[in-house]
Amino acid sequence: MNINLTLIVQMLVFGMLVFGTMKFIWPHILAAMDERSRKIAQGLAAAEKGEESLTEARSKAEDIVREARERATQIIDHAQHRANELVEEAKGTATTEGGRLVAAAQQQIQLDTTRARERLRREVAGIAVGAASKLLSREIDARTHADLLEQLATQI
Amino acid sequence: MADAEHAPGATEYILHHQSFLSNKAPHGIVDFTVINYDTVFFSVLLALVFFVTFWMVARKATAGVPGKFQNLIEMIIEFIDNQVRDSFHGTSKLIAPLALTIFCWIFLFNFMDVVPVDLLPAVARGAGFEHLKVVPSTDLNATFALSLTVFILIIFYSVKMKGLVGFIGELTLQPFSSKNFFAQAALVPVNFLLESVTFLARPVSLSLRLYGNLYAGEMIFLLLAALTLHGISGLASVGGWFALIGQLGLGLLWAGFHLFVITLQAFIFMVLTVVYLAMAHEHH
Repeated sequence: MNINLTLIVQMLVFGMLVFGTMKFIWPHILAAMDERSRKIAQGLAAAEKGEESLTEARSKAEDIVREARERATQIIDHAQHRANELVEEAKGTATTEGGRLVAAAQQQIQLDTTRARERLRREVAGIAVGAASKLLSREIDARTHADLLEQLATQI
Repeated sequence: MADAEHAPGATEYILHHQSFLSNKAPHGIVDFTVINYDTVFFSVLLALVFFVTFWMVARKATAGVPGKFQNLIEMIIEFIDNQVRDSFHGTSKLIAPLALTIFCWIFLFNFMDVVPVDLLPAVARGAGFEHLKVVPSTDLNATFALSLTVFILIIFYSVKMKGLVGFIGELTLQPFSSKNFFAQAALVPVNFLLESVTFLARPVSLSLRLYGNLYAGEMIFLLLAALTLHGISGLASVGGWFALIGQLGLGLLWAGFHLFVITLQAFIFMVLTVVYLAMAHEHH
């Protein structure tokens, strides 16, 4: 065991090796690692932001659904109301129309009755006049005794 | 009795494994004409393994979803980065890559210790090399190269951050200080003695701690391997079978434990380097 030239050679090799490590290895690997940890930090931040906006969107969606539901209820209420109104209106129209029809029919009936009565009266009057003229021969003139005949007709 | 018979063999075996593949036999403790080819070869090879692996990931590093391999590399990087941030609060482009290099390179050095002790030397012998030490961190040259480089960086940053005067002041004006000029002048040598020991102990302890742990680990693997040194012929006796089973069991146990030790040693070297450099950056 002795100290010899190997010592000097080893020191030179060591120096070169340290220089090489310092120049070509350490900075590159460390840069890659720093870059990665930066990326991971960014990714985590982005994930957090995404989660936040998801929560926000979810609550917004809930708001919209609630609003829509409210509106739907409103529309249904309104429609029901309107339907009731329409039914009531139809009922009213139908009642009026019915009344009108009944009234018209009654009027018609009355008119027909009056007419029938008039005709009947005339006929009866004619028959009476005929009978009377037959009875009284030709002494009674239909035209001169019209007043009397009218009176009779009214009495029937 | 079998042990006594084979004892010289075991010594030779271990000594053989302790020898480097060098250009010539060294003379004395320090001899700069000698070079250990095996240490240089394996540390350069492992440096390339480390660099190419990480460089391939760095080249294709993506900020998107990482692949399994990129994930593994990023785990190591993040681990180192956290360690550096915990101890070092300044800004430096050098310290974190330095820590990464130290951790991975030393880990790979140490990992060579778990490779079966005879495997690569046997291959080398087949290729015509008599000796081969495969674990660079069991070579003091390799561990001192690391710690001395760190030491130079400590001095460089101390001077850079505090100025030469500040650095010298740090070595001479504490821990003992006095308002009186003459008393302070008398305390300077004492302080300098204490502080310089502390200061110089850093690179020495760094490299010797790593070297000692790995040397001991390798030695235990060698001792376990020496149990069955006499090969097939040992199986003729009960003791031979006992040694074989002992080697397998203990070898597995020690390899498992050693995996923990080698990681820990790489980690300790890295953390202490960061702490020392952080101290060099701090003002008192």
